Amino acid sequence: MGMAAQTQFHVLAVDDSLIDRKLIERLLKTSSYQVTAVDSGRKALEFLGLNNHDNEDEERNSSVASVSSDDQQVGVNLIITDYCMPGMTGYDLLRKIKQSSSFKDIPVVIMSSENIPSRINRCLEDGAEEFFLKPVQLSDVNKLRPHLMKGIRSDENQSNINKRKGMEDIHSPDRTRARYNELEVV
Amino acid sequence: MNQMAIAALKNQYKSFVQSMFDEGVLDNQFSQLQDLQDSSNPNFVDEVITLFCNDAERIITEMNRYLNYQNVDFSKLDSHVHQLKGSSSSIGAHRLKLACVNLRQASYERNKEECVEAFNSIRHEYCLLRSKFQFLMQIERRIVALENNQQ
Repeated sequence: MGMAAQTQFHVLAVDDSLIDRKLIERLLKTSSYQVTAVDSGRKALEFLGLNNHDNEDEERNSSVASVSSDDQQVGVNLIITDYCMPGMTGYDLLRKIKQSSSFKDIPVVIMSSENIPSRINRCLEDGAEEFFLKPVQLSDVNKLRPHLMKGIRSDENQSNINKRKGMEDIHSPDRTRARYNELEVV
Repeated sequence: MNQMAIAALKNQYKSFVQSMFDEGVLDNQFSQLQDLQDSSNPNFVDEVITLFCNDAERIITEMNRYLNYQNVDFSKLDSHVHQLKGSSSSIGAHRLKLACVNLRQASYERNKEECVEAFNSIRHEYCLLRSKFQFLMQIERRIVALENNQQ
């Protein structure tokens, strides 16, 4: 079944700056992540298979995803995006992803060169997992792992629930374990 | 003999980078870039420098154009400075980044004279940085050439 963990996490990086894209790509690859880097929010949505005709495409994609069972159509485990981009900002992209039934559970991280507390708070309140100030460091990228691991655990929990219908308490111990693991990682 | 020449060149490279740190031309972010270079990506720093310089020159040309108009479009100017400030920050070009901050301030105040002054500063800092980067890359290439000769 699709229970086997992916051998590599796949991160989608979004930044209109060529240099920053190169930098984030190198940082992510150094951390052994597979990377797709795009230069706009629009291209990020296209890559995910979402565009302006949200609802129809989502349904189409969802049904295709379920037909192809194990393989996710896109297989993105985390999205890291710049805030300030022409056209669609990173915040706009965050909102679109969180509004999408197919992709709302993908962790989103925002990067910005500007340290504006109200901006940071708004992003975090609206579902961003982390907010990194640029230039992004390797120590920032190290903070991504717990968010990616959370995704795997919830997949495992889901399969466990499906397999062992009677044992409802199975995911409490898992969640506790997850918390401790996160603390250890930090 | 090659070994000694390579070692000498590497020392020269290291000293020159250190002098750039000491002068405030580069900051710690440049070290971060150096740390990201390894045998699987031996040209990373070189590539980033090249990308940066191409980008910076494009932006500086554009800013120059905007400043030559009677009525300066400060908002377009600002968006360009913002880009250059971002790239400068990402590569560790400390003094150039500070010069960008000054231009952003002047642009925010819609003061054309101060913008021109700040822009000249940017151009100066960029030219200085570029010539130092070129020197560094020359040393780097000589090292690579010698190392390849050995093989």
